[in-house]
Amino acid sequence: MAEQNFDLIVVGGGPGGYVAAIRAAQLKMNVALVEREHLGGICLNWGCIPTKALLRTSEINHLLHHLDAYGFKAENVSFDIAKIVDRSRKVAAQLSGGVKHLLKKNKVTVFDGSAKLDGVAGGNRKIKVEKDGKPVADLTARNVILATGARARQAPGMEGDGKLIWTYKDAMVPKELPKSLLVVGSGAIGIEFASFYHNLGVDVTVVEMMDRVLPVEDEEISAFARKSFEKQGLKIRTSATVKDVKKAASAVTATIETQGKTESITVDRVIVAIGIVGNVENIGLEGTKIKVEKTHVVVDAHLFTGEPGVYAIGDMVGPPWLAHKASHEGIIAVETIAGMKTHAMDVTNIPGCTYCMPQVASVGLTEAKAKAAGHEVKVGRFPYIGNGKAIAMGETEGLIKTVFDAKTGELLGAHMIGAEVTELIQGYVVAKNLETTEAELMETIFAHPTLSEMMHESVLDAYGRAIHF
Amino acid sequence: MPIDILMPALSPTMTEGNLAKWVKQEGDAVKAGDVICEIETDKATMEVEAVDEGTLAKIIVAEGTQGVKVNEVIALLLEEGESADALGKAPAPKSAPAPENPKTEPAKAEAPKAEAAPAPKPAAAPDAKGAPADHGDRVFATPLARRMAEQAGVDLAGVKGSGPNGRIVKSDIEAAAGKPKQAAAPAVAEAPKAAPTVAAAPAAAALTKDRVVALAGNVPYTEIPNTSMRKVIAKRLTEAKQTVPHFYLTVDCEIDQLLKIRAELNSRGEGLKISVNDFVIRASALALKKVPAANASWSDDVILQWSQADIAVAVAIDGGLITPIIKQAEAKGLATISSEMRDLGARAKAGKLKLEEFQGGTFSISNLGMFGIKEFSAVINPPHGAILAVGAGEQRPVVKNGALAIATVMSCTLSVDHRVVDGAVGAAFLKAFKGLIEDPLSMLL
Repeated sequence: MAEQNFDLIVVGGGPGGYVAAIRAAQLKMNVALVEREHLGGICLNWGCIPTKALLRTSEINHLLHHLDAYGFKAENVSFDIAKIVDRSRKVAAQLSGGVKHLLKKNKVTVFDGSAKLDGVAGGNRKIKVEKDGKPVADLTARNVILATGARARQAPGMEGDGKLIWTYKDAMVPKELPKSLLVVGSGAIGIEFASFYHNLGVDVTVVEMMDRVLPVEDEEISAFARKSFEKQGLKIRTSATVKDVKKAASAVTATIETQGKTESITVDRVIVAIGIVGNVENIGLEGTKIKVEKTHVVVDAHLFTGEPGVYAIGDMVGPPWLAHKASHEGIIAVETIAGMKTHAMDVTNIPGCTYCMPQVASVGLTEAKAKAAGHEVKVGRFPYIGNGKAIAMGETEGLIKTVFDAKTGELLGAHMIGAEVTELIQGYVVAKNLETTEAELMETIFAHPTLSEMMHESVLDAYGRAIHF
Repeated sequence: MPIDILMPALSPTMTEGNLAKWVKQEGDAVKAGDVICEIETDKATMEVEAVDEGTLAKIIVAEGTQGVKVNEVIALLLEEGESADALGKAPAPKSAPAPENPKTEPAKAEAPKAEAAPAPKPAAAPDAKGAPADHGDRVFATPLARRMAEQAGVDLAGVKGSGPNGRIVKSDIEAAAGKPKQAAAPAVAEAPKAAPTVAAAPAAAALTKDRVVALAGNVPYTEIPNTSMRKVIAKRLTEAKQTVPHFYLTVDCEIDQLLKIRAELNSRGEGLKISVNDFVIRASALALKKVPAANASWSDDVILQWSQADIAVAVAIDGGLITPIIKQAEAKGLATISSEMRDLGARAKAGKLKLEEFQGGTFSISNLGMFGIKEFSAVINPPHGAILAVGAGEQRPVVKNGALAIATVMSCTLSVDHRVVDGAVGAAFLKAFKGLIEDPLSMLL
């Protein structure tokens, strides 16, 4: 098979890989992208995007059942789960088609298959592309970016079977709605599914090993979220583990141990969302200098693996496992390859969003982590109940918390829960990236009436100057 | 009015250069920061950036022209909305296709002007208008970087930014203040107090160990850790050499009289042990009082002319040097200066100086005479406006009344910050200083 030569080969077409490919094309590189399944990766096909479509429908369902507060009357509200799933799949398909178009527009050559590092020849990396065991193409390039992503971590004894025990993928395409559901893991993925199914009327129990839900968030936000979830009727067990599951024909009985106490619950389905493992197998890492630690490839600040000409980005190189982090790493890797001046990723500037109800969003250090890092802090809080727009919208549940370094006024972190916080957080991310202090944030004029006014008030509160609370 | 684009001075010593290439052509739109042409000097070819925005209306000095004087008009720029009619009022532009003429003629025509100009405004930078690489005094730094710099006593002007478009960001201040990232909080709080003199590192490309070893060609070596004093010295002096425009004036002083009086004073049995350096301190202080313009420091807002002469004297100590200060030296007699200096020197070597005893000052003295150095130039210790480098007193042949004679001569070189002290002022100071040193009785008054 004739070798095809490129300047850069990107392995994986997810939000890390396809963004890297487009950036490289902008920099006049001749780029190949190898994708084994869907352009857009998990994010676009089986993650961020289709779940947002599902969560939108469950939000609407929630609203339809609370219309009375707004002066409406609606009776016999019902839904068709097949249609809800179908909409979500169409949204994913539309966007995957969009990525295909973008790659074509940027003249990126896309190969359908699995790629494997295959040594070096004449200073070029060799890559073998196969599909279903048959060779598709032999590629060479000076540089390779690996962006193969990650997959759900399996829990021993609770391996996904596609019927009773679901992974995220099964949970996204239910044929019918279970009556009851056990969600194992209360990170962003677990909580989003819990929220989705609960809002469609499913009896949901969440089990979390740590002492609080959404364990990466600020403790105050976790506590607020738990209170809110429980008020809605979600059952939550923290510091808890699933000791045993017994599968019946169409139900699962799980033994849950919560701080020494054991209980047994029977549910129709179980969703396991206890983290992810990197896709580091079968890509030819053996015999290279590339190191794998805890299923993730080890890279330096510029995503270089240590193996000449090989970079790695996104979920396969470690947390936070977020699409926008992968995309940004893709840009850093490509610009490094192009010899441009790049900046190392600052993890404290990566926002995280969870689209449960109420939404949760954050950036930077939690109050506890800021203190642990030696900062003397000033903390501001502002509740949704003090905001005119929130009251007008009927969304009075929420909190915006800000953490500043007492000495320098650096915004160390922002932690939010409530309506639309996933859109609001970007204001703080920009502020952090531009290294503003509390002074500039205080001097900034926030439009009235908006939810964003609470971002202002939270900053003011950190310095004892909140106006409306 | 069209804006004159002038031949820039690409180095302080440049008087003329060659116009190597026009990157922009007549009629091209020009934005601030665009490269408009390339200038060749004896040292390098450099790109000239536009400072103003507009349309390059007229090229006056054609490509390939050699020996173009600094500050000569090389092209005209029309601002937005200005019509080419405005060019009519412009000084006779020379047409581009005649490169031979501008090559010689303007050079001659400009010559008197070029000579006349430096006199009233010595070493003045070319007029900002049309001059290249003049980014003004604005320092681009993030709000957080500004506040941290203020707290750490770091001067932003000396910090090289690593952010977008050279913006100074948090990590640059951390590097400049010598603070390790996320260091323990108490250490951070101490830093500004312990070392307000740790001014910014004008960080060029980082001189990592590996890079230096590679530059030296992998010669075997021993590592000696950088002490914090070493780092302060490196930062301060790099900053001084990079940001302070130094010039140097040297004067020879005969010290036979001084040595004689010194011997007399020290033999009086009053326990006096006055050194030559004590005389130098006293003479410097009195000369500064006589020529107060030399006792001054530059700030961006105003020149600060100090009301007293606080004289910092460099003392070599283990692993570096330190500069204890004789405060208000103009008001102190030789005996006082001598005993203070002996005390400060002893405690400096023992590492027991208090902060206020070695931080500050208005003028410095560095004396390497005891090592037999004939003369040398010292690096100014900001914010001081000048430093006096004192060489060894040694017997040299001198001409007196038309005949050769022998005298003990000490050469002193004054390094001067040209932003505050001009040549004539520096010379006046040295004249006063020499007068005192050579007539030491006048110092005893």
